[in-house]
Formats: sequence, C-alpha cells, structure tokens
Amino acid sequence: MTSPAPIAEPHGTPRAEAAAVPALSIDDVSHSYGPRRALMDVSFNVQPASFTALLGLNGAGKSTLFSLITRLFGIQSGRVGIFGHDVSKSPGEALRLLGVVFQPRTLDLDLSLTQNLLYHAALHGIGRREASARSAELLGRIGLADRAASKVRDLSGGQMRRLEIARALLHRPRLLLLDEPTVGLDVKARADIISHVRQLVTEQGIGVLWATHLFDEIMPGDDLVVLHQGKVLAQGPMSRVITEAGAQDVNTAFMRLTGAQTMPGGGA
Amino acid sequence: MSSITTREAPRGFSFAEYMTCLSGIVWREGLRFLHQRERFVSALVRPLVWLFIFAAGFRQVLGISIIPPYETYILYEVYIAPGLMAMIQLFNGMQSSLSMVYDREMGNMRTLLVSPLPRGFLLFCKLLAGTAVSLLQVYAFLLIAWLWDITPPPQGYLTVLPALILSGLMLGSLGMLISSGIKQLENFAGVMNFVIFPMFFASSALYPLWRVQEGSPYLYYLCEANPFTHAVELIRFALYGQVNWISLAVVATCTIVFMIGAILAYDPSRGLARRGPAGGEG
Repeated sequence: MTSPAPIAEPHGTPRAEAAAVPALSIDDVSHSYGPRRALMDVSFNVQPASFTALLGLNGAGKSTLFSLITRLFGIQSGRVGIFGHDVSKSPGEALRLLGVVFQPRTLDLDLSLTQNLLYHAALHGIGRREASARSAELLGRIGLADRAASKVRDLSGGQMRRLEIARALLHRPRLLLLDEPTVGLDVKARADIISHVRQLVTEQGIGVLWATHLFDEIMPGDDLVVLHQGKVLAQGPMSRVITEAGAQDVNTAFMRLTGAQTMPGGGA
Repeated sequence: MSSITTREAPRGFSFAEYMTCLSGIVWREGLRFLHQRERFVSALVRPLVWLFIFAAGFRQVLGISIIPPYETYILYEVYIAPGLMAMIQLFNGMQSSLSMVYDREMGNMRTLLVSPLPRGFLLFCKLLAGTAVSLLQVYAFLLIAWLWDITPPPQGYLTVLPALILSGLMLGSLGMLISSGIKQLENFAGVMNFVIFPMFFASSALYPLWRVQEGSPYLYYLCEANPFTHAVELIRFALYGQVNWISLAVVATCTIVFMIGAILAYDPSRGLARRGPAGGEG
C-alpha cells in the first residue's frame, strides 16, 4: 500500500491561533423529550487537534447531544458553539466547519462511492470539478480508489464506515464528530478506523469528538467526558479522571462514577 | 460574541454554491429514480390502467358536453387525461414524502440536513427534485396517451409545463407536510387511504363538476374546495393553451401555504422534529 498523501490543510487558520477558541463548546445544554430529560446542564469543550472521547452507556444521551450539535433538533436551553459560531444563530457558518459520522449508516446504497461523495460535496456547494478531485484523493487515502464506481451496497461494513469518514472530511471540516463509529465492525476494521481518525488529529489538527461505550478505544493522552443518564459525571484528561475517581483504569473509574454494577460490553 | 477575536468572519454562501447544491439534489433524486425501475413502471401503469380500462368502460356511461377548455365533444379518455396527469403527480408527491420518512429513518435525511445551507432552501430543492421526477413520469404518460389518440395541440405540451411544475410543487409540499407528522413508516398506508383516495375522487379528475352538482351539492362544494381539483383544472386548461385563473390562484396559494408549513414543520426550533424520538410534547 502506498503511504497516504496528506490532505490539504483544513481551512487554513494557524493551529496556535485557533487554540484560543474551542473547536466545540457545549454550555449548559439541557434537552427533554416531553417529561423525559435526556440531557441535564451538559457543559464541555473539545479543543482543536485533540481527541475527546465521549464515554457513556447506551441511552446516556450521546445521540441526543449529536443531534443538537448538528442542529437536527432545536436547542431547548444552553448553547452549542463550533469555533465560536453559535449553532442556533449562525448554523451555516457552524456547520461548514463540522464533519459528522452518524451511528446509523447514511450512505445511498444504490449509488456508487463517487456518486455518494459528489452528492455530499454538492450539499456543501463544492463545484463538480473540485468535488471530483477531492473525491478521488480521499478514496485513494482510504484505500478504496479501485472501488470508486462500485455500488456502496457491495462494500463491507468497515469499508462503508471508512467511506463515511472520507465523506465527512470532503468539505475539509475542522471538527469531526463520530457517534459510535466502530459498532458492528470486526477487530481489524475497528483498529483501522481508530488509527485513521487519530492520524487526522495529529496530522491535520482536526478536533475529534468520538462517542463510544468501548473503553479500549480510549488512549492515555485523550480527553474524556463521562456522560451518564444525561449528566456529565467527569471530564478532563484521561489520567486525571482516573485519579480523581480513585481508580487504576478507565473501566474501574467509569464503574465508580456511574455506580454501574455490570461492565458494558466490549470493554478491554 | 465580539470578544472572540479568532473567529472567522461569516462569509455566507454565493449564488454558485446555492446552484451547485440544487443541481446536486436534483441529480441524486434522478439517479435514485433511475435505480428504481419498478417505481417508474408502476407510476406509468397506474394511470394507464385508468385510461385503457376504466375510461373505456365509462365511455358509454358518461357523456361529456362541451365545456371549456374543450371546443368540441370529446371522448371520456380525453377528459380524464389531465386528471390522470395530476394523479401521477399526487402519487409521486406522496411517494417522495414516503421516501423522506424512509430516508429519515435510514439516516439519509441527516445527510441532507447537516448541509450548511439554509434548511428551507434544502427542503425547497428536495421538492423541486421530486417535481422533476414527476415531470418525467407525466411526459412518458403523455407519449403513450398520444398513441391512444389523446392528442392535445402540439404547443400544449409546452404550455402545460409551468402548470405541471406548480402542481408538482403543491402536491410535493403537501406530501412533505404530511410526512413531517409521521413518526412510523406503517402510518403511511393510512395516508394513502385518507389523503390520496379522497383527494382524487372528490375532484374533477374523473367527472366534470356540473355532473357532481346534479347528484349532490355538498359533494360539489367539497370538490370545489379541494386543491387537487384546481391542480387538475390548471393542467387541463394549460394543456389546451389556456389559463384557468381561479385554479392558478388556488394552486399558487396552496403551494405557498403547504411549502411554508412543510418547512416550518421541519424547523428544529419550532417544528415537529423537536419532539424527538420519544414523540412527547407535541
């Protein structure tokens, strides 16, 4: 395999300068579905060029939070900012800096890989010539260049996820959200995707928010946000969260914090 | 927020970006339609069954007197052709909305809605794309109808186009408005029964309204109030190079009302999407 060519610098703001504004800021966000409260006063930041893991069990409120950040749901209270742009007040400016991979697959199965990418590019107002060049480049990078004209239906689960990540990067966002992107994938495909995303953080300075319930996807240098039943129980660098919980590893720390009796599946 | 100095100034979106987005959405809708051959076939077979079988059977039962826009006595097939064109668009509008419910459940709607362009514009593009697909179906139907001796004046094929675009947008917006209220896919069967059939039968698609009035004045008023009647009449007159101004006004007004309604219903800060998966507060 050829070594992956670096993709062009996202948007061009120097990294040191951008660090003054969080890539993502969540301030006092609450959300209810009727009487059921899904999120309660959630606040945290994701810094540019950082990998932040949003750790929580199923039903913790991760997907609701993602729907609020991507403006699929209206924000009932609190504020969500992407590089300082308020998602409610200037969604266009906020969303153009955001790439997202949702938990359910969102590809057109009957269209080809390239067609899926071109459609996404059009939705971001990227002209056909530029879009074709970027699509070819990204397909090369995820090792699917030779499948460009195949239907997405014929891809494996891991390949589809890689395509979704490539698609999320097509408009060169500076913040990438991934909602449990490795669910249902085999060990190899998981490892590939995790290392690809971590590469994006170090090489391109993209801020990543990675929602997961799998402890082994988190690494010592990561920032951690523990979300449980709609509340943030702990946040900060992983080592600090573990120390403050008086634990030796993430697994134990998580159980102490949440009072969970059973381990969530798939932990290390 | 002026305290944040490193934030990039909003740069908005250029006209070219809007047009790229519009053509991308229409292109994708067209591709999807081409991949669904059975949808195209059934979209054609449905009106043809009405034309070949129903109209042939009713030809002897229903006499059509000379009513505008027709200048001579006409066969029943000729009378119902515009109604069937509108029916194609009615089904297509509802089917597009079905695909939006389906898309939303499959997550594809998310791809559309996280585009940074204004949401109202995205939904408008979606409606235009659905209308474009309905035009393909209608013209394919007109071609077959022409072989069946339904021959409007040649320029009629052109003058009917703006009418079809407007009626397509109206029916598509209505479908979108209805789809915003549906949380589960299986509810759509109910929409077919409660929207498509009543709209189609309580209209001037199959019988002229003066005939309906003879039978039941109440049904007549219902038909007159039915926007679908006016879509049919708008198409009927346009096909013969004429404008039915009342129908044009009704269809244009309904298009605007339905479209605004549909866009508001999708708006996250005010609309139904806010109810979220649990479907509570409504």
